[in-house]
Amino acid sequence: MGKSENKQPTLRPANYNLWVGVFCVIILIVAGAFYYATQKISYVWRWNRVPIYFAYKDDIHITSEIDGDVESITPGDKESIITIKGLSESESYNAPADSVDVEEGDMIFIGDTLASYQEWKPGLLIIGLWITLQISVIATILGVIIGIIGGLARISSNPALRWTTIIYVEIVRGSPLMVQILIWYFVLGTVINEILAAYGLGRLPAFWYGVASLAFFAGAYVTEIVRGGIQSIHRGQTEAARSLGMSYGQSMLHIILPQALRRILPPLAGQFISLIKDSSLLGMIAIRELTKAAREAVTVSLQPFEVFFLTAALYLVLTFTLSMLVQRLEKRMTIQ
Amino acid sequence: MIDVQNIYKTFWVPDEVRALVDVSTKIEAGEVVIVCGPSGSGKSTYLRCLNRLEKADSGHIFIDGIDVLDPKTNINKVRAEVGMVFQSFNLFPHKTVFDNVALAQKVVRKRSKAEAREKTDFLLKKVGIHDKSNAHPDNLSGGQQQRVAIARALAMDPKVMLFDEPTSALDPEMIGEVLDVMKNLAKEGMTMVCVSHEMGFAREVADRVIFMDEGAIVEVGSPEHFFKNPTHERTKLFLSQIL
Repeated sequence: MGKSENKQPTLRPANYNLWVGVFCVIILIVAGAFYYATQKISYVWRWNRVPIYFAYKDDIHITSEIDGDVESITPGDKESIITIKGLSESESYNAPADSVDVEEGDMIFIGDTLASYQEWKPGLLIIGLWITLQISVIATILGVIIGIIGGLARISSNPALRWTTIIYVEIVRGSPLMVQILIWYFVLGTVINEILAAYGLGRLPAFWYGVASLAFFAGAYVTEIVRGGIQSIHRGQTEAARSLGMSYGQSMLHIILPQALRRILPPLAGQFISLIKDSSLLGMIAIRELTKAAREAVTVSLQPFEVFFLTAALYLVLTFTLSMLVQRLEKRMTIQ
Repeated sequence: MIDVQNIYKTFWVPDEVRALVDVSTKIEAGEVVIVCGPSGSGKSTYLRCLNRLEKADSGHIFIDGIDVLDPKTNINKVRAEVGMVFQSFNLFPHKTVFDNVALAQKVVRKRSKAEAREKTDFLLKKVGIHDKSNAHPDNLSGGQQQRVAIARALAMDPKVMLFDEPTSALDPEMIGEVLDVMKNLAKEGMTMVCVSHEMGFAREVADRVIFMDEGAIVEVGSPEHFFKNPTHERTKLFLSQIL
């Protein structure tokens, strides 16, 4: 409220600077020891081979599909249009303005290069990162929705809802995610795809079975977190809301859930950081997420340590960003 | 206005506690009734049964002719007509003072934003906290919080107000400001049922005082009768302890 930001001087213990120094020394020793260890193993480090898995310059050739002559080259601002006239047909090709390798009147055979240029393409790891990010975001959103519904069902007085939720939570929480992914893809997936086929619809890609397995896995944990959050809100809050004539749903929506969600943000963040890392198992069902992409990169480059270290760093970027986002959200919710 | 007929309530916590035993009362519109009694006497349970925050085991409760205990009754409609103020305020900590008062008007009474704003401003002025409109409850004193809670209940234009020990959680110097608001309400003709040990307040505004002990109504009477010539031994004992 207003400008009541009384800046309190942070209490510094005695010898503050000394302990900051100790901290730096600890970090340096750990980093140094780690570096020493990497030098001791018999492995040739070739970091210079790694950047191509982030982005690389691809050579692109535009080739003719017919025999004939170059009838015209129409230069434009960004692109030129090359028109080839054959005996019975003609074709036009667009190419970046500077890249044209032919001149008007040139004789062209099928497969001849008309233009060539280089283009930046995202590397394997970046493609994998993008897929991991997509899966994590969608599964997180679905996981929250499942968790809120599950949490409400878990505290419901209706035994059908409550017991179903308990069984869902216990089974999903108590069994390995790897098995669940396999079941989603090979068991449920087969059935769902057959049903879709019966209605003349296409197959659902593996991506969505991956998302579903992660969402339901995280949803089980979130269910328990949400239940705890709701139950931690004082009973008087419900009573006050209900005494004003609000229905159960209204008091949940306006009074209980907003307070509960604020309280459960920290454990939720932990859960979704786990989810990001758990998505590394999805390579099993041929989803090319970050870890699968990394394994492919290792197969090609034969540089496992560099690639996997970088992969870990990329996961760290995702999880750290999530941590920061949640921390900001928490702050925004408490300082009103 | 309120007609309570032979209600019983037993808690199992885990042993049997008979909180209400055959309690019957009739409260007319405009009446101010104070319910007092030693702790554990069932007075809060009685009050909470009136708007079904606790469900009486048997008996009948009619509010404005509507059977509160009938499962077919839309209890939310009844509760909107019955304001309640709690000992521990129970304001919504994630909402501003203004929103605390305005929320149920919009959600339950379906008032427009403008209508709700007008009513909220009016009520916050009435209880004297208009300047704290945008503050959060945590930044208010206990007395201020309880006055907001009263405004929140009044915002529904209730026909009856229930007060559950509204001053028991307050520091002594803040009791007066809350009682003043309640006195004004009583003067305006609001029907009030108030569980309270504020005997001065009872003397000043109550039409009747109900004394409860061990889940039953022991004695009912006007304040004069009650304070000057109590007939029951238990009433006398209780009064000697608190006065």
